[in-house]
Amino acid sequence: MVDQSKLAQESSRNLRAKDNELDKGKDKKEPHHVMIFGASSGIALEFARPFADRKARFTLIARDEDKLKDISADLYTRGAKNVAIVCYSLDALEGSYAATKEIIKQTEAPDTVLIAHGILGDNDELMKSPQAMDLLFRVNVLSPIGILMALEEAMGQRKRGTIAVISSVAGDRGRASNFAYGSTKSAISEFTSGLRARLLPKGVFVLTVKPGMVATPMTEHLPRSPLMASPKKVSRDIIKAISQKTPVLYTPSYWRLIMFIIRHLPEFIFSRLKF
Amino acid sequence: MPTHSWGRIKGQEKDSKILHWRKDAFALPQWTGPVLAYGLGRSYGDSCLINGGTLIQTSQLNKFRHFDSETGRLSCEAGLSIEDLLKFSVPRGWFIPVSPGTKYVTMGGAIANDVHGKNHHRRGTIGCHIINLELMRSNGEHLQCSMQQEEALFRATIGGLGLTGLILSCTIQLIPIESPYIDAEMIKTTGLDEFFEIDRTSDQDYEYTVSWIDCMAKGDQRGRGVFIRGNHAKGGDLRSYSKQNSPLITVPIDAPEFTLNRFTIEVFNKAYYHKQFSKLKIVRQGFDPFFYPLDAIGNWNRIYGKKGLLQYQCTVPTNKVEDLKQLFDRIEQSGQGSFLAVLKRFGNIVSPGMMSYPSEGYTLALDFRNQGRKSIELFHELDKIVIRAGGKLYPAKDALMSALTFQTAYPQWKEFERYIDPKFQSMFWERVSTRG
Repeated sequence: MVDQSKLAQESSRNLRAKDNELDKGKDKKEPHHVMIFGASSGIALEFARPFADRKARFTLIARDEDKLKDISADLYTRGAKNVAIVCYSLDALEGSYAATKEIIKQTEAPDTVLIAHGILGDNDELMKSPQAMDLLFRVNVLSPIGILMALEEAMGQRKRGTIAVISSVAGDRGRASNFAYGSTKSAISEFTSGLRARLLPKGVFVLTVKPGMVATPMTEHLPRSPLMASPKKVSRDIIKAISQKTPVLYTPSYWRLIMFIIRHLPEFIFSRLKF
Repeated sequence: MPTHSWGRIKGQEKDSKILHWRKDAFALPQWTGPVLAYGLGRSYGDSCLINGGTLIQTSQLNKFRHFDSETGRLSCEAGLSIEDLLKFSVPRGWFIPVSPGTKYVTMGGAIANDVHGKNHHRRGTIGCHIINLELMRSNGEHLQCSMQQEEALFRATIGGLGLTGLILSCTIQLIPIESPYIDAEMIKTTGLDEFFEIDRTSDQDYEYTVSWIDCMAKGDQRGRGVFIRGNHAKGGDLRSYSKQNSPLITVPIDAPEFTLNRFTIEVFNKAYYHKQFSKLKIVRQGFDPFFYPLDAIGNWNRIYGKKGLLQYQCTVPTNKVEDLKQLFDRIEQSGQGSFLAVLKRFGNIVSPGMMSYPSEGYTLALDFRNQGRKSIELFHELDKIVIRAGGKLYPAKDALMSALTFQTAYPQWKEFERYIDPKFQSMFWERVSTRG
């Protein structure tokens, strides 16, 4: 009698040896490394799930440890190879820069990055509170810039990978009702636009994601509208844009047309609109 | 925007809260009551609705917690739908042990209604397969309940209509499958007596049995229909099956009042009966069309128009066949045809659930267009037959039964009341727990 299990073991060992030879010098056999900043945001979990199905490994950064643990359980169950969680408050440039450098040192440079943290705020209240306005810009602008600076270094050296950054359609033109939030996203859109050009020759792809309204905890206080998209739809669009290397993604796609019209409204009309 | 149940009854909540994380629920003691969990809103009547207070939306609480691929034990949050559960488990060779007629229900809702399926004679209700559940109470207690720990609360929560606290997660024992397909047989029956005959001989060899009945047929044709039985197919490729991801078509608006009338219902039922020419049809079909034929039509409840539909599901003990026949006669005489009638025999497996609906006997489920007074009168007459036979009605489907009917059929309700979380309330419970 031939011992079947032994045979199977033997052949798989041979296969692995062959693979190793083929991959000498490359880390092709390594699982895909996904790094998510603001991992407890509404879009982040839906974004991570398909990668978990494909047995990726994760580094998740967010403030709340309990939430990170629940996400990590979900991703492990779906097939993630490894999930590293980092509890950190992403609200300053230098802090986010240093933290990102340290995280990369410990977990290696990522293959795919999603920067998804942000706060919405109420425009009227923000205009009355310097502290709140300061925090808005630190979380939405300064922290992502710190992260991107650290990533540029690490990923540029490896000459591959994708960085997707969540901006917003609100950044396309400052509107009376939410220009504070809009201007933070405008900064992100412009910063990522330039960074994309800078990293292109290095083989690193930067994607600017401009979602419209998404049904997430961030927009929970707003009335539901037919224009509101699900986080699942948005994350599916992001993954597609990554594989097709779309530089600027409007999601859902009808926002491209809506924002085209809004951007081209003459100022004398636009400044009288209160939306 | 107020919520609706599947039968289009309007909720009266003042406020609603979306649960995204288990920890969100730890604030339950601070919320102003009354509260009630609302999953995907597939309960037909008012058991998922609340009068005033806060409705807690759970369908975003949909993360997996753990899966043991050796034993098939799956832990997940309570808002996970059966659809998402199956998307995960079928390619891995596991299936939900008990499935209701739609996959658009959350696990929390399935537990709270202790749902049953076409295999009740083999596996009982879903509560028989729940290993433990995590419950948050408004007094701040955060409990793990199982048959070994907090047994009374575990039993009260299974079939407890969401009133014993907020279910946050659960662990369920799945069943192994070799294929995503079902080997199904459809047998045309000439009447109720033939149904009883086939049913008796099918129990042994078939995991799933159910029968569709043409309740517009009169006289010696009464109770004719199609008996459906099936087993999970043996062998095959678990990944070969492309699942039905979303409804094929969706009913965009409420159909006008006259869409379903005596004539169209009769034509539909006749057509369905005669669609199959031969006595026996054998097919291998995917699990979606076998278990969830109606899920292929999004918002199918709109076919019943603005006033919605009323479901009537009752059980009568196995030895009360005469009463079952009388139910059919009464419906036929009323002229309010049931668009879809389903008959199934429940087996003798007892659920751990204190208030669980299924018990040994025949269960009949009927869909009626809501015709106001006329419907109420018919339902109350049917209630009388059911209660006289020692049967009961299914709370998940009910919108009309009186407090007396409920309290007669569920004498354990007083015992159950002790386990209700004082902050929890539902329109159903307000209706049936009044003291006459």
